[in-house]
Amino acid sequence: MTVINLHALSDAELAARVAQDIPDGSYVNLGIGKPTHVSAHMPEGREVIYHSENGILGVGPVPAAGEEDPELIDASKRYVTAAPGASYFEHSDSFAMMRGGHIDIAVLGAYQVAENGDLANWATLDESYPPAVGGAMDLVVGVPRIFVMMRHRNRDGTPKLLQRCSYPLTGLGVVSRVYTELAVLDVTPAGFRLVELTPGNRLEEVQAVTGARILT
Amino acid sequence: MDKSVADLETAVAPIPDGASVMIGGFGSSGIPLALIDALLAQGASGLTVISNNAGAGETGIAKLLKAGRVAKVICSYPRTPGSIWFEKRYQTGEVELEVVPQGTLAERIRAAGAGLGGFLTPTGYGTLLAEGKETRVIGGRGYVMELPLHADFALLHAERADRWGNLGFHATARNFNPVMAMGARHAVAEVRQLCATPLDPEHVVTPGIFVQSVVECGVQA
Repeated sequence: MTVINLHALSDAELAARVAQDIPDGSYVNLGIGKPTHVSAHMPEGREVIYHSENGILGVGPVPAAGEEDPELIDASKRYVTAAPGASYFEHSDSFAMMRGGHIDIAVLGAYQVAENGDLANWATLDESYPPAVGGAMDLVVGVPRIFVMMRHRNRDGTPKLLQRCSYPLTGLGVVSRVYTELAVLDVTPAGFRLVELTPGNRLEEVQAVTGARILT
Repeated sequence: MDKSVADLETAVAPIPDGASVMIGGFGSSGIPLALIDALLAQGASGLTVISNNAGAGETGIAKLLKAGRVAKVICSYPRTPGSIWFEKRYQTGEVELEVVPQGTLAERIRAAGAGLGGFLTPTGYGTLLAEGKETRVIGGRGYVMELPLHADFALLHAERADRWGNLGFHATARNFNPVMAMGARHAVAEVRQLCATPLDPEHVVTPGIFVQSVVECGVQA
């Protein structure tokens, strides 16, 4: 395999890139892992209300050391604060917000995304490893815009952007846009369409590490 | 009417071997740790535990799993950092696992408490978790038929209660506790504070009709 020197965004740069696409006044759910960091990179002047599935709308910043409340956490089990205008609610209300189409954007991690928008992010094919679905399946059916934020390839170099997912699906045809360290891609009826390349990368280089055709 | 009981031991005494037990909490918050300890001491085994997670470290549900008291876990997210006791019991086949999407778990419990025979949800349609379930297409969209999830008991954690069983919560410790109070035939709540005066009706989150007993557990981390 030819070694290509690809330009990659850092995790912080990727979080900032996702944040750019979240409009003022949005209700947003941030998934576990990388997506959690998007809120820290929101441009000044935008008021975005963050929902966490465990029963808070209006998740605020992480508290100062010593100010943590063990009963005020987010879905990643991190200590958080309540922003002005926040509310608390129980689980079936929380999932009514998610499933019922009330949240505008969700940002999720993924194992695989297919060119038809299928998402796999809850189970692998390793049967000794217990599957854990959490709230992902509810989010993807209910939230109109699903942003996936993930590495472009697996650690072994195999692609995560594919013609069809090989892992069990979380949802069918649900992904709107994919952000990786190498490129931003939209999912369209015709397949992945390039939105932008990380500066310094050429399309054919990114295409070479992608398991499906990238349209321009 | 007085639903308060003197101690944790009395509160968990009615739970028999083989019971299905809903346990409130999400991550580390809103877990009835004192009631779980009391249940461990009481000795009931062969339990079906219904909860969002399957315990972490050496606390809560992990203690029941470690002691071999759990036959089945119904949850959305068993795999959390430190869920070693669940993983051990799962890998040796000692514990059966039913994974349910989190919103479906909450709604199945609510359906049980609300007297519904089930509901149609788009969640999981076309995935492994819908296999073997009835489906319907409504307005061009696929839905999965999900059935109510009842339990014999619920163990809950709340901030405060009065003797009528009305409950109030603190922050995100609310999570599954209110819906589990509805879904179980006998709900027991441990509370930080058992109030001598009635809770303000405007601030009651779980009405006392859904709660069978309350017990003060004092302050816990």
